[in-house]
Amino acid sequence: MKEKYGNLFDMYAKITGENPYEVPMRIYPAVHYTMGGLWVDYELQTTVPGLYALGEANFSDHGANRLGASALMQGLADGYFVIPYTLGNNLADEIYNAPIPTSHPAFEAAEKAVAERIATLKNINGKQTVESFHKRLGKIIWNECGMSRTAAGLKQAIADVQALKKEFWSDVRIPGEINEYNPELDKANRVADFIELGELMCVDALAREESCGGHFREEYQTPEGEALRDDKNFMYVAAWELKNDHEWTLHKEELKYEVIQPSQRNYK
Amino acid sequence: MSHTTMNLNLKVWRQKNTKTAGAFEMYRVENISDEMSFLEMMDILNEQLITTGGEPVAFDHDCREGICGMCSMYINGKPHGPWQANTTCQLHMRAFKDNDTIVIEPWRANAFPVIKDLTVDRSAFDRIIQAGGYVSVNTGNAVDGNSLPIEKAKADEAFAAAMCIGCGACVAACKNSSAMLFLSAKVSHLALLPQGDPERKTRVTNMVAQLDKEGFGACTNTGACEAACPKEISIANIARLNKEYIVAGLTSE
Amino acid sequence: MTFKQMFTSSVGKKLVMGFTGIFLILFLIVHAGLNATIWANDGGLMFNKAAHFMGSNAVPRILEIGLFLGIFLHIYQGYLLTIENRSKRAVGYAVNYSNGSKWYSRSMAILGTLILLFLIAHIYHFWTPSRLGGIGSVKALGEVEHNGVILHNLYAEMDLVFTNPYIVVLYVLACGSLGYHLAHGFQSAFKTIGVHNKKYHAMLSSLGYGFSIFIPLLFALMPISFYFDWIK
Ligand SMILES: Cc1cc2nc3c(=O)[nH]c(=O)nc-3n(C[C@H](O)[C@H](O)[C@H](O)COP(=O)(O)OP(=O)(O)OC[C@H]3O[C@@H](n4cnc5c(N)ncnc54)[C@H](O)[C@@H]3O)c2cc1C
Ligand code: HEM
Ligand code: SF4
Ligand code: FES
Repeated sequence: MKEKYGNLFDMYAKITGENPYEVPMRIYPAVHYTMGGLWVDYELQTTVPGLYALGEANFSDHGANRLGASALMQGLADGYFVIPYTLGNNLADEIYNAPIPTSHPAFEAAEKAVAERIATLKNINGKQTVESFHKRLGKIIWNECGMSRTAAGLKQAIADVQALKKEFWSDVRIPGEINEYNPELDKANRVADFIELGELMCVDALAREESCGGHFREEYQTPEGEALRDDKNFMYVAAWELKNDHEWTLHKEELKYEVIQPSQRNYK
Repeated sequence: MSHTTMNLNLKVWRQKNTKTAGAFEMYRVENISDEMSFLEMMDILNEQLITTGGEPVAFDHDCREGICGMCSMYINGKPHGPWQANTTCQLHMRAFKDNDTIVIEPWRANAFPVIKDLTVDRSAFDRIIQAGGYVSVNTGNAVDGNSLPIEKAKADEAFAAAMCIGCGACVAACKNSSAMLFLSAKVSHLALLPQGDPERKTRVTNMVAQLDKEGFGACTNTGACEAACPKEISIANIARLNKEYIVAGLTSE
Repeated sequence: MTFKQMFTSSVGKKLVMGFTGIFLILFLIVHAGLNATIWANDGGLMFNKAAHFMGSNAVPRILEIGLFLGIFLHIYQGYLLTIENRSKRAVGYAVNYSNGSKWYSRSMAILGTLILLFLIAHIYHFWTPSRLGGIGSVKALGEVEHNGVILHNLYAEMDLVFTNPYIVVLYVLACGSLGYHLAHGFQSAFKTIGVHNKKYHAMLSSLGYGFSIFIPLLFALMPISFYFDWIK
C-alpha cells in the first residue's frame, strides 16, 4: 500500500491531520476532469490558420473520461506522431513569406485589443476582489454543471454566470499597476476567461440532452441509474463559435465509428 | 475531528520590485481555521489587504498540492515551514498556535532575485535545465517501452531523483546558496537511466558550467538542503554528481 | 572540459578541498603514528630517531614539500571558497535556518582558522627549531648521540614547551577544533570525490567519526602527558 499510494496517503494526512493507515479515509466524489478544448482539424490546426493546438488544449482525443493516462498520452501522441508530419504542410507555403513584422495591422489590432481589455479591467476600480468572483463562479459551476446536471439547474446557472459577469466587469478591484509584476491583474484576466468558459460549459451541457461520458444529465438515465445515450440525435462533437457576448453558434461535427462501436459503460 | 480557530501575527517581507529595498510589515489575521492550508491563510490576508485599500502580498503558487514546486516561502527560519518533507502549499495551519507570530521571508540568494514581496525569480533553474537536463530524441516514432530493460532498484533510484520539483528550497536552506542538490537530482535522474547515457558527459559539464554562471555557491555537504527538501532528495546524489563530473573531466577530449 | 575547468568550477574547487583534505588526513596518520613513540618510555630515544629520519631522509623531505603545498592549497582554497560562498547571499534572513545541519559543518572556516593559528605556533615550536639547523631552545638543549648519529633532542624540546600550561591548553583546544573539522571534513571529502555508494559511504562515515575522535585525542594526550609527567 505504502509503495503504491504512499504519496497520496502522505498528502491526505497533511490535509486532514488524520493517519489514513489507521483511521478510515473520508472520501467524497468529485469532478476529476472536464473534456473539451479548442477545435482543431486532423492536422491539429485551429480555426486560425497557422495556429496549432496540441495536447490538453485541443478537444480532440479522449474517451468517456480522462482515465488511465489518456491525457498524457494525448500530449505524447500529438507531439510525437502528429505535429512533426503536419506542421510542414503549413510551413511549406510559408517559406516564401518574409518574416511578419510587429507593425503588421493584425498584430497592432491584437495588441490594442489586449491593452484595452487590461486598461478596462484595471479602471473598474470596484469593491470586490478577483478571488471572490472566482469562488462564486466555482460554486455555480460545481453545483449545476458538475457531477450531475439538470435542464433547470443549467438554465439557472447560465443566468447566474451572466449576472456574475456583469458584476465582475463593473465591480472588480485590481490593486497595483499595469506595468509591473501584478498577479492580481493576471488572475483577473484569467477569471474573466473562466466566466466566459463557464457559461459555455453550461450552454453545451444544456444543449446535450443525453448522458454521455463525463456528462450526466439526471433526466437521461437508465432505470438502474446508468448514463443513457441518445446516439440518434447526439452522435456529434459540439464545436461552439462565439459570435458576440453570450451569443454561441453550434457547429456539429458528426462522429462516425467504423471499426469500434460505442457501447454502454458498465461498472458492474 | 476537533476544529479550532486562531488569531495570528504575520511578519511579512514586502518589496516593491527587484530594484527597491524591502522591509518587514506586521499584519494580523483572525479566525484562521486550523484546517486551512498556509496559502489559504495568505489568501485571506490578501483579501483583507485588497478590501481595505492595500496591496496584496505577491507570492508564487500553482498546483497547491505539492507537485509543481511553485510555492516558495521561508517560514519561521525554514524553507517551506516547520513540517518535514513538505511544501508551503501543503503546510496546514494546525502547525501553529493561537497568537503565534509567523515570520515569512522570500528565498534568499543572489541567483534568485526578489521580483516582488515573496516572489523570486527562479529562471536560473530553467537555464540550468536547458543546458543539459534532457535527453535528445527524434520525434516521429517512439521506441517500444520494453526494449530497454531497467533494473527495478535503478528505476526506483532514478525516480526518487526525478521527484525534484525544482522549488529551490535547497538553495534557500544552504548557507552557501548552493543549488547542488537540485542539479544533482537532475543529473542523477538521467545518469541512472540508459536513455541518459549517451549525453552524460556533456550534460554534467554544461549543467555545472551554467550553474556557476548563474551565481550559486559551491557545496560543502552540510546537509541543510536535504533536510529542507520537500521531496527528500538524497544528498548522495551530490556525490554521484561529483563522480559524474570527475569522470567527464578525466575522460572528455 | 579542460583540466583547468575541472579544478576551478564550483565542483572543481571542492575537488581541490577534498583531495588536499584527504592528503592532510593521511599526513595526520603518519604524524600521529610517529609521535606516539613518545610513549615508548625510553627517554625519547625512539622518538628522536624517528624525527631524525623524517628530517634527514630525502623521501620524507620531498613529501614534506608536498605537505606544505597541500596545506597551502587547502587553506587558500578554503578561504576563497568561504568568501565566495558567503557573497552569494547579499540579503540575509531574519531567522536563520540552523537545525538542518550540524554547527561544525557550517563552521569549517572558523575551525580551520583555529587550526591554522595553532599550526603557526606549532611550526614555531617544533618545525623551525629542528629543520632550520637547531635554532632557539633546541640548541640550548643540545643534541643526543645514538650509534654515532647526532640527533636533535626534539623530545626534550617537547618536554620544555609543554611545561607552559597555556601552550598545553592551546594545543588541546586545537585538537578539539581539528576533531570537529574532521567530523564533518572526513566524510565530506569522500562525498566530494564522488563516493555515492551507500554501503561505502556508511562505512567511511563511521570511520570518519572514529578518526575524528581518535586522532585528535591522541594528539591532545601528548602535551597532557608531558605536562603531567606521565612519561619518563
Ligand atoms: C493534478 C493532475 C493530475 C493529472 N494526472 C494525470 C494522470 O495521472 N494521467 C494522465 O494521463 N493525465 C493526468 N493529468 C492530465 C495531464 O497531466 C495533462 O493533460 C497534460 O499534462 C497536459 O499537457 P500539455 O502539454 O497539453 O499542457 P500543459 O502541460 O498544461 O502545458 C501548457 C504549457 O503552456 C504554457 N503556457 C500557458 N500559457 C502560455 C502563454 N500565454 N505563453 C506561453 N506559454 C504558455 C504553460 O506554462 C505550460 O507549460 C493530470 C492533470 C492534473 C492537473
Ligand atoms: C591538518 C589540518 C587539516 C585537515 C586534516 C583538514 C581536513 C579537511 C577535510 C578532510 C575537508 C573536507 C573536504 C571536502 O569536503 O571535500 C576539509 C574542508 C575544509 N577545510 Fe580543512 N583541514 C585542515 C586544515 C584546514 C585549515 C588550516 C583551514 C583553514 C582555512 C581549513 C579550511 C577548510 C574549509 C573551509 C573546508 C571546506 C569545508 C567543506 O568543504 O566541507 N582546513 N578540511
Ligand atoms: S532538490 Fe528538493 S529542495 Fe531542491 S529544488 Fe528539488 S525538490 Fe526543491
Ligand atoms: S503550489 Fe505547487 S508545490 Fe506548492
